[in-house]
Amino acid sequence: MIPTFAFYLFATIVVASGVMTIASRNPVHSVLWLILAFFNSAGLMLIVGAEFIAMLLVIVYVGAVAVLFLFVVMMLDVDFAALRAGFARYLPFGTLLALVLLTEIVFAVAAWNASGVATAAKAAPVNQNVPNIEALGTVLYTRYLYIFEGAGLVLLVAMIGAIVLTHRTRRDVRPQNVSLQNQRRPKDAVRMVDQPVGEGVKL
Amino acid sequence: MTEWFQGTLGYGFGWFAATLILILMIALPLMLAVAMIIYADRKIWAAMALRRGPNVVGPFGLLQSFADGLKVFLKETVIPSAANRGLFLLAPIITFTLALIGWAVIPFGPGMVLANINVGLLYILAVSSLSVYGVIIAGWASASKYPFYSALRAAAQMVSYEVSVGFVLIGVILWAGTFNLSGIIEAQRSHVWIINGFGFNPLLFPMSIIFFISALAETARAPFDLTEAESELVAGFQTEYSSMSFALFWLGEYGNVLLMCGLNAVLFWGGWLPPIDWAPLYAVPGIIWFFAKILIFFFIFSWVKATVPRFRYDQLMRLGWKIFLPISLLWVFLVSGYLLLTKEQCPADRRVLAAVTNEQQADRYMPSCRSGMLNLGRGAAGAIS
Repeated sequence: MIPTFAFYLFATIVVASGVMTIASRNPVHSVLWLILAFFNSAGLMLIVGAEFIAMLLVIVYVGAVAVLFLFVVMMLDVDFAALRAGFARYLPFGTLLALVLLTEIVFAVAAWNASGVATAAKAAPVNQNVPNIEALGTVLYTRYLYIFEGAGLVLLVAMIGAIVLTHRTRRDVRPQNVSLQNQRRPKDAVRMVDQPVGEGVKL
Repeated sequence: MTEWFQGTLGYGFGWFAATLILILMIALPLMLAVAMIIYADRKIWAAMALRRGPNVVGPFGLLQSFADGLKVFLKETVIPSAANRGLFLLAPIITFTLALIGWAVIPFGPGMVLANINVGLLYILAVSSLSVYGVIIAGWASASKYPFYSALRAAAQMVSYEVSVGFVLIGVILWAGTFNLSGIIEAQRSHVWIINGFGFNPLLFPMSIIFFISALAETARAPFDLTEAESELVAGFQTEYSSMSFALFWLGEYGNVLLMCGLNAVLFWGGWLPPIDWAPLYAVPGIIWFFAKILIFFFIFSWVKATVPRFRYDQLMRLGWKIFLPISLLWVFLVSGYLLLTKEQCPADRRVLAAVTNEQQADRYMPSCRSGMLNLGRGAAGAIS
């Protein structure tokens, strides 16, 4: 009974917060609703026994991606009247996009069920004693090793690309050089002068 | 206890009742501990500054935190008129709740853990990464500029230090071979000769230092308390808060500090194991060892707070991204390389491999296991050919 109750609880909150994400007037509220949706979908993952994916979802999406997202959205000064004005204009296009997505999902699920992949997956023995981190790791680093490494490389290229595109070297600033500062000793900076009276200091 | 409740109240409800009682058994002493640890913090800080610290309420000022709590409780809750009411009140609740739920997976002694889940460490990481939301939401909902600066700082700081903490934890996980915190503690038994604890391992010791410093940054303690730097931001994200909403931030902050102290003890210094694997030391209950380690770490936290000046913000970022990140990344290579050379070649249990692949394909998928470390029910000779 508890898993069923938990499923309906999480599922309701995911759907409701998804609706609120697009319905709320304030963009920061939207992001917070989105975060709630992420968090509850992690709960759904937990119910189907994918605890590793659930934790990753929370750590990566809620803990890192959404924080940065919120960071950016909080600093934006968005004019809502202007945004709302475009709502009716984009409505047909948005509806079309939603319909296409819906059809694709229906087709994918139908094909998955009809082709027998689903039955095979359900019939495959699942060893309950194996934690799914181990199971996932064993497949990921053996069978899908090259694909996995390839995905990692794509992310690396994306990261380097983003840095190259946004980084600009400014010549007119003097950045702090910490190791130089740490190397500096009193004898480099302080000079003891035995100053005779009536003369200026030679600098 | 869970079994007894399930016997008398039925399976589902019995589990519910037992878990509720166990949660209270952790949360209530934790609240008491937080009250005393705030007192301890002030006393240690005072002693290092050659002051007396709180010494009026109760013997040696022991009841100071309770007096403060009562005072705060009786104050009026002021909500700024420009503030976003719902979120403004939600923020301290989030901070406080997240500080409590992390304790669910911490093992206090052998078998003394509320949720013995096999992704315990990831759970802790998830909870600690969530705790930044309390600060961000508080800063934004206050509709005031200093709290807002504080929220931006908190967001950037948390993300920077999470990365190096993750890499440090990978070293520990590789060595322990599990994400379960009890399993990590067990893996530290006689780790170096007869000494318990990953921290005594020369390869992991630098990681324990990085983890400790990152823990300071994660909990926004001095010298990384830029989110509430009073010389620049009044009181940071807490500026507009008063009464119990302010108190919840305080309780949450110290609850997080205790959690991080506990995590230091669990990950690197053997948790509830005595420091040396010597029979008479096991006569002391594990929970005592664990609490002693937490207190030692808390003392170091206070010590740092009393002696180290606050970092400048760019220095904080530099430390996280330019120093800790490369070092911890390098250490992931070192630790995994060392383990690859010394540990058994195929850490995967053969039933794991059997569960996800079939036997014929096994050596195609795991080339390094072909030399007989992992024989999937075949003879060693068959595995080599």
